Amino acid sequence: MRKSRRISFLALPYGVYAMIFILAPILLILFYSLFYQGSKGFAFTLDHFIKFFNFREPVYMQVLLRSVKTALISTVICLIFGYPMAFILSRMRPSVRNMVSFLFVLPMWMNFLLRTYAWMTLLENTGVINTLLASIGLPPVNIMYTEGAVIFGNVYNFLPFMILPIYNVLIKIDKSLIEAAGDLGANFVKTFIRVIFPLSLPGVTSGITMTFMPAVTTFIISKLLGGGQNAQIGDLIEKQFKSVGDWGFGSAMSVILMIMILIAAGFMNSYEKEKSAGGVLL
Amino acid sequence: MKRFLKALKGTYSALIFLFLYAPIAVLIVFSFNESKSRGAWGGFSLKWYEALLRNSEIMQSLFNTLLIAVLASLIATVIGTAAAIGINNMRKGMQNLLMNISYLPVLSADIVTGVSLLILYMFIGIPLGRVSLLLSHITFNIPYVILSVMPKLKQMNRYTYEAALDLGCTPMQAIWKVVLPEIMPGVVTGAILAFTLSIDDFVISFFTTGAGVNTLSITIYSMVRRGIKPEINALSSIMFVVVLLLLFVVNIRSTRDAIKQERQAHSNRSLRSVR
Repeated sequence: MRKSRRISFLALPYGVYAMIFILAPILLILFYSLFYQGSKGFAFTLDHFIKFFNFREPVYMQVLLRSVKTALISTVICLIFGYPMAFILSRMRPSVRNMVSFLFVLPMWMNFLLRTYAWMTLLENTGVINTLLASIGLPPVNIMYTEGAVIFGNVYNFLPFMILPIYNVLIKIDKSLIEAAGDLGANFVKTFIRVIFPLSLPGVTSGITMTFMPAVTTFIISKLLGGGQNAQIGDLIEKQFKSVGDWGFGSAMSVILMIMILIAAGFMNSYEKEKSAGGVLL
Repeated sequence: MKRFLKALKGTYSALIFLFLYAPIAVLIVFSFNESKSRGAWGGFSLKWYEALLRNSEIMQSLFNTLLIAVLASLIATVIGTAAAIGINNMRKGMQNLLMNISYLPVLSADIVTGVSLLILYMFIGIPLGRVSLLLSHITFNIPYVILSVMPKLKQMNRYTYEAALDLGCTPMQAIWKVVLPEIMPGVVTGAILAFTLSIDDFVISFFTTGAGVNTLSITIYSMVRRGIKPEINALSSIMFVVVLLLLFVVNIRSTRDAIKQERQAHSNRSLRSVR
């Protein structure tokens, strides 16, 4: 054991790199959110946070709330449509399902801006879908530049992140458990509710994490599909850095976002642990 | 009933695939469109593929994207693999600390990473441009390399390394000749992952690049607002086909393994029934 300790110095370059490029930036963001640059150097201030948590005029909190709401709806839709797909996929023969699961990853290799742009082409008021609808005499759908369009874009971009973790857990479920449930008289629905679904929960939680986190922080999908009125918290941060130039306020919002993500991740993590501990106890 | 269920499953899968592939089909179809409009079909043409080669803005950003992706993934793979080996040989406490730090960029939102790196570069005076872009890409790549190499190190029998030392290898030789070949699959996965993340990144590049240095994603972003040039459709169709072929080759191997396993399981079953 002691002999191998010596090679831990191999992590040194990374240690240095992580200090400068991972830890320092986080500290700097904290610093910028809590200090402002006056004439006599930096001075402590809580103004940036007070501006955000202004209860009399909660414009910024409303944006945050809207982002959380849109992300939640998108995640639920992804779960509703993704779970059955993952289940169907897990029941295919291994040779087939490898190929098919690969087909789920493939679209992600095309630049997501381009895919989102292609949806704009499809969904526009005079776009491909409405032309098709009109040709068979159906009324057009005017979804572009609404909150619905933002949710649509989120679901499109993050659906594979819901399907794949669930699928990965489903294929690892011990087949004999399902057979045992059948032998003990459970029909398919009962087996699913009592055996398969509970066992697949770790996949569901990581699917939810992998969909919700990027959905709540996205800024570009909302800009392209949602137009101006459906700005998300990400758009607000981007604006502070790219056009307004209020880095302090932008940093404060980044800090709030970071804390939210850490809490959510911790919550998911503890939930997963609880689940597995419960499984052992039972 | 069974046939009905099967049809239902098939229809459902087909609808999901239609949803996932519709925009890609649109891009590929319109890359062959004679007319410049993205609403109407003006006949088949290859002119956008020709125009692509002459479009210096797109070609320049393609060059930047590939250059940065290659450099960043190479550097990240070297630093990350060394880090994983080092971390694996540390005391538990240190190990946890470094792994948690590595999770930070993976966990945190791209926009936060991008913004915080921008502040860092401004603070220590690194000019925004290719260098800052490269540094940012290395930063978000390393954790993914570590996370793909680590499981392979954990699976490895640690006595093989010690046996190499007992047989007279220096620690470096042992790592080079024994550990590295063993963890190679993880290293390759990490490198590929890093490369693709680099190519696909928009958010972090958007915040940490300077005027005039554009990657493909940034060029696309600025075009989306002015209207996408059809040349971009041509380029993305080419990239899509290249990736498709690459992944297909990689995947065929794992599929072949799966088929082998299936056959084995099948013959086991028939053996059992004979018995």
